Amino acid sequence: MLENISLAFQGIWAHKMRSFLTMLGIIIGIASIITIVSTIKGTNDQIKESLIGSGTNAVTVQLSQSGSVYDMSWQAPPEGVSPITEETLQQLADLDNVVAASLFSSRQVYNSEICFGNTAWSGTLYGVDEDYFAAGGYRLTVGRGFLADDFSKFRKVAILDAAASAVIFGSASPVGEILEIKGEPFTVVGVVDRATAGEYVIESYRDYDMYYGSNAGGKVFIPLGDWPIIYRFDEPQGVILKAASTDDMTRLGQQAEDLLTASQISADAAQNGFAYKSDDLMAQAAKIQELSNATNNQLLWIAGISLLVGGIGVMNIMLVTVTERTGEIGLKKAIGARKRRILWQFLTEAAALTSIGGVLGVAAGVGLSRFIASAMGTPSAVSYPAIAVAVLFSMLIGVIFGMIPAVKAANLNPIDALRRE
Amino acid sequence: MHNICKDYPQGREVVKILKNVELTVDQGDYLAIMGPSGSGKTTLMNLIGCLDVPTSGVYLLNGEDVSKASENRLADVRNSTLGFVFQSFYLLPKLTARENVALPLLYAGVKKRERLRRAEAALEMVGLGERVDFMPNQLSGGQQQRVAIARAMINAPKLLLADEPTGALDSASGQQVMDLFDELNENGATIVLITHEPKVGARARRLRRILDGALLPEEGGGADG
Repeated sequence: MLENISLAFQGIWAHKMRSFLTMLGIIIGIASIITIVSTIKGTNDQIKESLIGSGTNAVTVQLSQSGSVYDMSWQAPPEGVSPITEETLQQLADLDNVVAASLFSSRQVYNSEICFGNTAWSGTLYGVDEDYFAAGGYRLTVGRGFLADDFSKFRKVAILDAAASAVIFGSASPVGEILEIKGEPFTVVGVVDRATAGEYVIESYRDYDMYYGSNAGGKVFIPLGDWPIIYRFDEPQGVILKAASTDDMTRLGQQAEDLLTASQISADAAQNGFAYKSDDLMAQAAKIQELSNATNNQLLWIAGISLLVGGIGVMNIMLVTVTERTGEIGLKKAIGARKRRILWQFLTEAAALTSIGGVLGVAAGVGLSRFIASAMGTPSAVSYPAIAVAVLFSMLIGVIFGMIPAVKAANLNPIDALRRE
Repeated sequence: MHNICKDYPQGREVVKILKNVELTVDQGDYLAIMGPSGSGKTTLMNLIGCLDVPTSGVYLLNGEDVSKASENRLADVRNSTLGFVFQSFYLLPKLTARENVALPLLYAGVKKRERLRRAEAALEMVGLGERVDFMPNQLSGGQQQRVAIARAMINAPKLLLADEPTGALDSASGQQVMDLFDELNENGATIVLITHEPKVGARARRLRRILDGALLPEEGGGADG
């Protein structure tokens, strides 16, 4: 076997030009496949990263009816949905791989419910507990966060997210300014920002609610204990969970959905379509990845055609080689080489030819995708499994397309083969 | 080596190339088969060399009936029992003299180091011990043919089969090659020569003529040596 391989490489080296031209089809095919796969992987990585946010891993679970988030701004609190208790929250916090669990109330606000001077603001108002910013992956950018006293003394303080701060105060610092929320004065103490940013796939009203409806004008946060000052105390709440890793998010979301739906929602309310739903960012990421993959897969098929053409080129040149080396084959058979040995010799040569082509193609593909990535600013990531598959596959092409020439060589009659020269 | 009997009442569908050929070659024999082209001597050589099987008849080689052996068995027989020398040498151009000579041992499953060692010894025997690393195209025709003879002899064949071994050589190199055959025969090798050159045929100890597919009865021939 080793003998065959070294003979094969000698044969290829002896016809450098011809071998290279023959390989070119394989090189181009493999290079384009590697380029496409690198782009796919780069895009997918980017989608996942920007959507889920590196390290944020926050799963939001909210009450919904018939698939849409239940918005209290225009409808009464639902019957048969009980407020989430400390015990239930503790149960959620005790689920596997939960880093932090936090309770919140939220609603969309418009109609001048929140004003700064004469300016009305619409967006989402949140009543949050101590753990919310940690669980939701927010970081403080200006001022201070909520203190223990803010909660225990029901201080009327508010924190804005960057969007709300920009909408209401422009580039000026909002700290120390007074916001009127339903007529109650709240002092702004800080601004928070979230690392997460990304495009979402909107497939339903619920998706819009989840990803854009709540983001439009930004967010204003007040301590959860202040919520009954301005709204009803028995409004159903949502939960935000911070997962240990992104891979836990989908499972955790489902567990929380099941737990909350079972413990908070009466049978009657469930009949009316009430349920707790999580925003599955992983599923969102998968949706977007599917979209980009669908187009890229078509490209892969086209690249596959060039591999086919390359394979036919290899077959062609191997047939020529067999004809050229009829004398050699005849002699080898005459001095005792079995059919199988001749078959293997030519199969090895074809496979070596395409494998070298595959390796060169991978190198060219990696180089090309790097170049495209830097020239056009598109993401690109080297996929090692893809490289392994590409090299193995090009070897396979050699075996497949080398088969006919090799069988032809093996079946040569030594008498005819020796006579022909 | 045991008695070899060859017996080919052979008939192909239309043309009978060999007709009821009877031939026996003993161990240590030095036989020349002569005939004009088209006489069937190449076909006979192919049959003797196990490159082909007879249509009918029995060929006992080294006590084994190879006339109905499988293709793989024939390959093994050629590898272990026969040595070939061709008119146009058939050396592989990309292998050195040593590698060319070692080739049959590869098919016999001999380890590489041992193969090359024995190839050197064989080249020594044909007087090319100094040129083991030469490529075929760096050697003269006569030298190439001696490399081919070394290759044929490397597996210590029971029978050395030479088809027009001097056909492509000038008379001086041809002479050398024939001297080598004589020497090999003296050392015990069994040789069958196929040729149409009377001078070459005359070197053999026995001479059979073939004409229109029939082997003529033995004549006095070249007598001894």
